[in-house]
Amino acid sequence: MKITVDEEKCCGAGQCVLIAPEVFDQRDDDGIVVLLEAEPAAEHQDVVRESASVCPAAAIHLDEKA
Amino acid sequence: MNTPQHVLVVGASAAGLSTAEALRRKGFDGRLTLVGAESELPYDRPPLSKQVLSGAWDTTRAQLRPKEALDALAAEFVLGDPAVELDADGRRVRTASGLRVTADAIVIATGLKARELPDQAGMSGVHVIRTVGDAVRLRSALLKTERVVVVGDGVLGAETASTARSMGLEVCLVGPQPAPMTEQLGPLVADHLADLHRRHGVCLHSGVLLEGLVSRDGAVTGVRLSDGEDLPADVVVAAVGGLPATDWLADSGLRLDDGIVCDEHCRAAEGVWAVGDVARWHHQGLGRLLRLENRTNASEQALAVAADILGENRPYLPVPYFWTDQFDVKLQAYGLPSADSQAQIVEGDPGESRFVVRHNGPRGPMGVLGWKMPRQARLHRASIVDQYTRPPEPATP
Ligand SMILES: Cc1cc2nc3c(=O)[nH]c(=O)nc-3n(C[C@H](O)[C@H](O)[C@H](O)COP(=O)(O)OP(=O)(O)OC[C@H]3O[C@@H](n4cnc5c(N)ncnc54)[C@H](O)[C@@H]3O)c2cc1C
Ligand code: SF4
Repeated sequence: MKITVDEEKCCGAGQCVLIAPEVFDQRDDDGIVVLLEAEPAAEHQDVVRESASVCPAAAIHLDEKA
Repeated sequence: MNTPQHVLVVGASAAGLSTAEALRRKGFDGRLTLVGAESELPYDRPPLSKQVLSGAWDTTRAQLRPKEALDALAAEFVLGDPAVELDADGRRVRTASGLRVTADAIVIATGLKARELPDQAGMSGVHVIRTVGDAVRLRSALLKTERVVVVGDGVLGAETASTARSMGLEVCLVGPQPAPMTEQLGPLVADHLADLHRRHGVCLHSGVLLEGLVSRDGAVTGVRLSDGEDLPADVVVAAVGGLPATDWLADSGLRLDDGIVCDEHCRAAEGVWAVGDVARWHHQGLGRLLRLENRTNASEQALAVAADILGENRPYLPVPYFWTDQFDVKLQAYGLPSADSQAQIVEGDPGESRFVVRHNGPRGPMGVLGWKMPRQARLHRASIVDQYTRPPEPATP
């Protein structure tokens, strides 16, 4: 799985960080998402899918085939 | 309940689409149908009053998912065909085109309709902003004018005023509260917001009601306020809230009272769920019915409903959350403010325009607001979680 985030769409909601803190963080100054693991380990992939679905800005894209 | 064979979702926007996605993610491989009134592919509303109105994004950028992701859902989309009737016992829906769909589980995600001003019917120059079409029409009207009056000082009105002002228009924001969004933010932060708008040149008319629209030859020319003042305008935006889209459910037998009334699992009846802006469910942590009109709830509640359909049987106990972007400020609001809570600065400095405020109620902290501090606000959210997720202690007899 490969994650890409669209920083311009991200509204800094931080929902992804609440769900998958191992994979996402936020910048200190403006709250925009920071990707910690672009290719998350197998055990984190479920929560990453949940983050992508819950992200209120539809800013997280997953490539499941990568 | 057994796992259903066919799930029908009515309303194909944030809440409806998220429910469908969550069902698939959780392994549901039965038939999935989404019926939506709008003909566009599912799109997101928050950008409408921000990037779409300002012109920073074209409308396709507001789409919730690319076409391939929708195809991958293996769902049947029936778009541009609103549901007009529900038979809750028979779990059957009829659409405007005459289509009849029967399912084992029905999820209602029909959201809100924008409320209009009483005298706006048939008058040109008066706009609401709920759909992508509304946003595009308002944008093209704003590009041709210099003066706009925004009626309504909730989040949508305040945000629209900020976007219009940033486009260079003369903007007046009119509303009954002492400062915009006082109800959602509490007085301390709302005063800050009022300052922000004033500093950017928005003329605020707070604490006044709208007496009526003023028009000539069917075109709006301004508004009349309860304090007797007339404000001229070529464009008026009515941001006076929304009404749950439940008119089509009048004969369904479901309980309708400011939304679809649901239990703690968001169930409206056996085999029928409601989700998103239209759902008024029993929040067990608060011990009362609650209906939220925000984007985060749409997808969080969708997760809860999908889980309940598949038999996970957990009550939905969210910490309410919304954000808004106005001028250069990102506001994050966790929890619900209450009239009797005290505001306490827990991080940053209002003097430097970056801070986090906590609202402490009689039972403990109930809300956290971040002003240009999204990350820090999220960290403080932890201090209020208990208030929402711990069911209230039963009253001692
Ligand atoms: C301009 C704007 C800006 C916003 N900004 C923010 C923000 O910054 N932060 C935030 O947290 N929230 C924001 N919101 C709120 C957020 O967009 C909503 O909470 C969210 O859209 C709710 O999703 P929903 O799917 O429940 O309802 P909706 O988005 O209203 O979708 C309901 C869908 O159901 C369809 N429908 C209605 N009746 C029928 C029928 N009979 N049959 C079939 N389909 C039907 C509708 O056409 C619509 O497509 C904003 C809303 C607007 C309008
Ligand atoms: S959930 Fe989405 S909008 Fe929020 S911080 Fe993460 S990527 Fe950004």
